[in-house]
Amino acid sequence: MQLWVPFAASAGSLLLVASFFTAGWDAPPVESTQIGYRGSGMYLEKSVERQAALKAANVAPPAPWEADPSGDRAGTIYENLQVLGNLSDDQLNQFMASITEWVAPEQGCEYCHNLENLASDENYRKVVARRMIQMNQAINVDWDAHVGQTGVTCYTCHRGKNIPENHWMMEPPPANLFSQAGMNGVNDAAGKSSLPKAALTDYLLGDEPIRVHSLSALAAGTNSAGVKETERTFSLMVHMSESLGVNCVTCHNSRAFNSWDQSPPQRVTAWHGIKMVRTLNNDYLTGLTPIFPENRKGPDGDVFKVNCGTCHNGVQKPLYGVSMLQDYLDALDKKGPADAPDYSTYVPGETKVMGAATSDASPPPPAPGPGPGPGPDQAN
Amino acid sequence: MTQYQNILTVIQIHGPVDDGIDLPRGDSERVGSPRVSRLLGWIGNAQIGPIYLGFLGTLSLVFGFIAFEIIGLNMLASVDWNPIQFVRQLFWLSLEPPSAQYGLKVLPPLGEGGWWLIAGFFLTLSVLLWWVRVYRRARQLELGTHVAWAFASAIFLFLSLGFIRPLLMGNFSEAVPFGIFPHLDWTAAFSIRYGNLYYNPFHCLSIVFLYGSVLLFAMHGATILAVGKYGGERELEQITDRGTASERAALFWRWTMGFNATMESVHRWAWWFAILTPLTGGIGILLTGTVVDNWYLWGIEHGIVPPAPHVFPGVVDPAAQ
Repeated sequence: MQLWVPFAASAGSLLLVASFFTAGWDAPPVESTQIGYRGSGMYLEKSVERQAALKAANVAPPAPWEADPSGDRAGTIYENLQVLGNLSDDQLNQFMASITEWVAPEQGCEYCHNLENLASDENYRKVVARRMIQMNQAINVDWDAHVGQTGVTCYTCHRGKNIPENHWMMEPPPANLFSQAGMNGVNDAAGKSSLPKAALTDYLLGDEPIRVHSLSALAAGTNSAGVKETERTFSLMVHMSESLGVNCVTCHNSRAFNSWDQSPPQRVTAWHGIKMVRTLNNDYLTGLTPIFPENRKGPDGDVFKVNCGTCHNGVQKPLYGVSMLQDYLDALDKKGPADAPDYSTYVPGETKVMGAATSDASPPPPAPGPGPGPGPDQAN
Repeated sequence: MTQYQNILTVIQIHGPVDDGIDLPRGDSERVGSPRVSRLLGWIGNAQIGPIYLGFLGTLSLVFGFIAFEIIGLNMLASVDWNPIQFVRQLFWLSLEPPSAQYGLKVLPPLGEGGWWLIAGFFLTLSVLLWWVRVYRRARQLELGTHVAWAFASAIFLFLSLGFIRPLLMGNFSEAVPFGIFPHLDWTAAFSIRYGNLYYNPFHCLSIVFLYGSVLLFAMHGATILAVGKYGGERELEQITDRGTASERAALFWRWTMGFNATMESVHRWAWWFAILTPLTGGIGILLTGTVVDNWYLWGIEHGIVPPAPHVFPGVVDPAAQ
């Protein structure tokens, strides 16, 4: 009997049936762009199938109207306006209208404000929003090396949601003695790999050394970083790669990951980005811990924090590089007073004024004019 | 009727089952009464059993089971004894070696690498006992010990990764975790940390022998199947009394590439390629971190990194500015 005939026929029909009813029989199409010397494997890879969804999800909304910068300063019109006092009345209204659409389009003004008394800080969200505006200004003024002239607005992260979709919090402590040592579960922050989960805490909150390579060919016994440290660095790198929808050689050369003089310039931008995120988490988000209610904290009692995906949302340049900031230059591209008050004194529902302004008279803002407005403390 | 048997052994001859030769004094009894399976006969010998377990085999299985249990229970504990999560995350779970602070300490706290050390100890014992068993069974059957030495080569790589290199580095934290994805992460991180294993010449050799083994296996398997219709699968007979199957196979390769192995030498090719794959790989592992700390820079010094033009000029380390 020709046994191979029934065998081949059944195998063939099984494969045929399976290919109809199961997915993924073809590799997802990838768009490759060569950026390096031939033979060095320097190709940018993009999943073609994902591009349409990413394009649709990363559209910058237009400003509601063009604000008139003239007239009295808002700080002289409204009470308890601590950070945005430099704006004109129309600019303030335009920015408030925008921030509502950006952060609380469903809840509206009352998400942060007491509608009876807009100046009151009794809603904790208003205090948080003020700090976030300070953070936004700091990003645009101090972190040119990462955000360039494109800058960021609240929308870069919030995208119409109260809490930006991509945020992180610390892992709860291990369940028992046999710990996972912070690794080896599904790591959502690092592309669902099994890489260490502590990477974000180590590098985007803490200041652990990211560099693991030795700069000499032979072992000198001076580099204490081992494979475990490298796995943590690797975890951070996969997080960055996933957050930006890019592959390793977007920033690194394929032959020696540590070598700067062969790296694409994007690596310098990313380097500043890591420092920026670390600063934001430490100086802005962690400081707000006393303000947030329990349901806005992680299982470890820490506030939600930012990582690369918070702004980037899967694309290399957030919102494909469209600069929403240009419509809000006075509000978000200049630093107002940057100091943070002692948030531990805050009592929700009672504190009417949280911050430097102890009376209705906020510090008189400097006269409007071209160029970045110096903070009031510097003006005096 | 002559026919190809390219997929399955179609013609199965059933005779009386064979217990094998008598064993010398001191050897254990073989376990199980032999039986015949037509299904397994399609892909191998139709006779199943008896098996020789003996003292070494039994101990090896027991120690292997202990290691397997320690690893599995640690994984289960790490998902808080939740069986559903254990199954869902099985490929992600791991038993990690101790962290660097413990060095070569025996025994670090159980939850911080102690269990890893114990599991590794039992797994190593199990593998070594199995090696002795393979060696002794070969001697008892009055064979050469080629299988044992091939197995020893694999054990050398296994111990290089998990024991010898960590000893040389003075730290068990350099060893491989027990876990499916985690050991792959370890491999990637190992290459990254030590400056790209791509430029490690022993890694290159290991890959040559690995891919070479695959090629040789394919060539040899294909050749023997191709002359099966002339009885070529009876290789041992063909070695001592070369028939038309052997002649045709030899002619085929001499015509296609000018050179041919012989019925016995092709097995030496295969054996050495297989042995050299983990042997050269293990040497590459033992040199990494102990002698060479950055294989890319080593490759630059020794001229194995091809020069490439600077495509991105002017990029400097921002931390150095």
